Order: sequence, then C-alpha cells, then structure tokens
Amino acid sequence: MMRKTNWPLWLAPVICVFALISYPLLFVNWAATRDFPWANIALFVIADLFLVLGIRRAFAPGRRWFSKIVASVIAAISALLFAAFIFVAFVAARWLPPSTRAPQVSQKAPEFTLKDTSDKPVALAELLSQPVNSRPARGVLLIFYRGYW
Amino acid sequence: MDTPEESRDLCRKAGYTFTFLSDSNLDAIRRYDLVHAGQGTGGRDIARPAEFLIDSSGIVRWRMLTENYWVRARPEQILEAAKTLP
Repeated sequence: MMRKTNWPLWLAPVICVFALISYPLLFVNWAATRDFPWANIALFVIADLFLVLGIRRAFAPGRRWFSKIVASVIAAISALLFAAFIFVAFVAARWLPPSTRAPQVSQKAPEFTLKDTSDKPVALAELLSQPVNSRPARGVLLIFYRGYW
Repeated sequence: MDTPEESRDLCRKAGYTFTFLSDSNLDAIRRYDLVHAGQGTGGRDIARPAEFLIDSSGIVRWRMLTENYWVRARPEQILEAAKTLP
C-alpha cells in the first residue's frame, strides 16, 4: 500500500535548519532583525506548527510503527536545532571578556598607530587633528568590528 | 584579524571611504582591553565588538561595549551621541 509522503513532517526540520543558519548569514545584517532575533524565532514557530501537523499524521490510526519512529526522531532533531539557536543567540553570545580596563567615558582614549588599507601607518592623534571638509575634526568614531556586520 | 590587504578588498566591495585600519597584531585591541581570547577562526584571539566616540581633545565621550556579540551600536545611537561633541 503506497502512502502519501508526510510532507509537513519533513518540512519542519528543513525550516529549523534555515531558521538557525539564516541568523548569522542573513538576518544579522539589519538592526531590526539582529538586536532581537524575532524573525528566526518566528521561523522556528512555523517549523513547530508543521511538526505538530506531521506528528499527528504519523501517529494517525493505520500508520506503520516505522512512521512513528521517524516522526519522533525528526521532532527530537527539530527541538535540538531550536535549543541550539537559543544557546547561540542568547547564551554563548553573552560570554564576553570583562574589559575592565577599556577606556571609560571622560577618560583619555589610548593612543595607537595602525596601518590603513594602503599600508600607511595612521595614528589616532592624526585622525583627531586632520581637518574634515576643510573644517577641524570634531572627533573620531572608533569601531572595533567582529564579523562583517 | 584582517590584514590591510583583506581590509582593502572589503572596503572596495562595500564601498567604504572612511579610514579603515588593520589591527592584525591586536595592538590597539589590547590597549583598549577588548581581546576575546581564542574566539577567532582556528582559536585565534579576536576583539569583542565595541564602539568609542572620541572628541578632538582625545577624550572618550560615548562608548558601547555590547553585552551580546551579535548586537552592535545602531547608526542613530551614534548620531545621537555625536550631538554631545563640543
């Protein structure tokens, strides 16, 4: 007897994988979807809806025991992916060094000299004294970035 | 940490025209106490993300050390902070 593929069941882990990887690869690029990853959480919720649908189908009367095992395994994998996302986005992301000696507001910014993109050494003092649009610079915004977002 | 060559490619692709410095030896990153040990590719040390607004006399007027490394300062936060510059 041929049975229809339980497509909601198979769709759930696919959406879960996308929900997990789309945060660093896509949604982190916009502040609105980055500062709180609601888009990714919404994707996981959608995946869970498909999962519930798929599990109900798998456990419907007349289904083989095998489909129930497959459904249980897929449910476990989907839950694991969601847990991995929560861990990466909210737990591991907060494991940062204390940076107690980082310059505070109203302290002097430590001087440094680094190479620019044409290998020319540039000092912070130079940037502060260099005119911008032929007017004296009002200041410098110093950005230490990590990852390209 | 990107070398000046890697930063040059990045700036060209992204169209950045501001000064883009390479701290491949973590010189400034160490001086600003922003080293996040072992978190880079291959277990190398990298920086935690941070932003500092420095006035023309070299004093820090505003800073953001994010508590979650995905989250960065938004442009509007920085523009707001820039209004306090003398």
